[in-house]
Amino acid sequence: MAETGNPRFLRPVTAAGADVGRAITFDAPLALDCGKSLSPLTVAYMTYGTLNAARSNAVLVCHALTGDQFAASAHPVTGKPGWWDTMVGAGKPIDTERFFVICANVVGGCMGTTGPAEICPATGKPYGLEFPLVTVRDMVRAQAMLLDALGIEKVMSVLGGSMGGMQVLQWAADYPDRVVSAVPIACAARHSAQNIAFHEVGRQAIMADPDWKGGTYQLHGTQPAKGLAVARMAAHITYLSEAALQRKFGRNLQNREQVSFGFGPDFQIESYLHHQGVTFVDRFDANSYLYITRAMDYFDLAAEHDGKLAQAFGGSKTKFLIVSFTSDWLFPTSENKLIAHALNASAATVSFVEIRTDRGHDAFLLDEPEMFATVRGFLNSVALKVGA
Amino acid sequence: MTAALRPDLAAIAEMIPYGARVLDVGCGDGALLEHLAATKNVDGRGLELSQQNVNACVARGLPVVQGDADTDLGEYPAAAFDVAILSQTIQATFAPRDVLGHLLRIGRRTVISLPNFGHWRVRLALLTDGRMPRTQALSYAWYDTPNIHLCTIADFVGLAEEAGATIERALSLDERGLTHPMRADAWGPNLFAEGAIFLLKGA
Repeated sequence: MAETGNPRFLRPVTAAGADVGRAITFDAPLALDCGKSLSPLTVAYMTYGTLNAARSNAVLVCHALTGDQFAASAHPVTGKPGWWDTMVGAGKPIDTERFFVICANVVGGCMGTTGPAEICPATGKPYGLEFPLVTVRDMVRAQAMLLDALGIEKVMSVLGGSMGGMQVLQWAADYPDRVVSAVPIACAARHSAQNIAFHEVGRQAIMADPDWKGGTYQLHGTQPAKGLAVARMAAHITYLSEAALQRKFGRNLQNREQVSFGFGPDFQIESYLHHQGVTFVDRFDANSYLYITRAMDYFDLAAEHDGKLAQAFGGSKTKFLIVSFTSDWLFPTSENKLIAHALNASAATVSFVEIRTDRGHDAFLLDEPEMFATVRGFLNSVALKVGA
Repeated sequence: MTAALRPDLAAIAEMIPYGARVLDVGCGDGALLEHLAATKNVDGRGLELSQQNVNACVARGLPVVQGDADTDLGEYPAAAFDVAILSQTIQATFAPRDVLGHLLRIGRRTVISLPNFGHWRVRLALLTDGRMPRTQALSYAWYDTPNIHLCTIADFVGLAEEAGATIERALSLDERGLTHPMRADAWGPNLFAEGAIFLLKGA
């Protein structure tokens, strides 16, 4: 049976009054794709809104690579607003006055769900690289265990962007009867070679940091901060678009009249990236970054179904809404359209919209009125159908 | 909503069998699809270019894919739908012959409606003014019209024959949007009809 309590975080809670959410520790092990199993498994999660009597208004939100369960409330470590504050909340498209929203930290994460920074019961030390490789499917399995524990048989909708979108697709493929509707945003049914390449740059940066110490940095009281910051900087560029970078920064200089003829942060874009890197290190675990990027690399939904994506959704009754962004080159419209075509080929019910924006992949986290209008309308039509 | 269905769309709806799987290419705000779902238990899908229209469809709970008839129809498998509909859109496509070919392939039947550029007022306007005609139905100036491939009823019948399609039904549309049965090869509708609706079967 499951226990409920407060989650343990790697970093101290600094935001006074922030809701730290809850955690459930499962006695049953989580059977992983790699053949190993994880036990005990703790899943840390947040909920927003109220589950109705018919239990028909549950909505599952899946987070992206560096996200967490704090979708719509202050992050307890950084104090910043929830990562999907624009989308989830009272009166927002995912309306917490109407829906019961659940968001869980993924397995392999570092915000309370079991991950490489947790203590391995066999050794009494942090797992580090002894932590088994996890997949997107494993993340979804852990979420299914959480829903079971919460007594939720069916969710009205499962939504997420980027790696969250991958989880949405995996949910629809693995648990079609538990998912009334699915909204994968800015994602793909498989990680492309280019995306694997960018992830590998990030991982190599972490592992090249002498403070990484073969993944055992916790035992040495160090942290591969520089490596993780470089990984974050490289990745962050892929979340933006050339046009948005030019618009926001151009060749503007940082607090100076002319270039310094040195290697300090002359340009605003350099200063911005440094800031992104440094602040990331304060809230994220380097080994978690290795594991979660690897899970995304391994994601290939068609491969699980004889290479035919349409088969992954064969006979599905789930209603899909796929959203892409014109300037997203990390998960471009073409990849999102492949999913729409596969769903059409499998006679599933699918809608697809491409939102015009110059903000790149990150657009799914930002104020994009067209996306809000589409998601709001879609969820409303689903809610009317299921009586939520 | 269903009561206000445009007469030409109502005529198309009348051609769709109960419970059919339908692809509406250029489905606009989804009025026809919604009507078909409500009155004929149709399993309908839409393809629509405009973001605003797609949002309207999604909010109605209709499955609509944002896309372009000229570029996206090739992705649909053969005979995936009982009926493929293209209403008042073929004249705005870049490659009407290819679009028609895809529709005949995707749908077991294809319904196409189009404005008739052979109408006597169009012919007279060109004859008397010597300028590209602008009518109520086709009100754009030549330089900014989305209707880049206008045709007459006779032109379309020729294209359908060339594509190996059988015309199973043909209706003419008058000024009020009312439909009348017609013979596809008759000269009368090509001169007097505002538009036409064809039910086609691929080779």
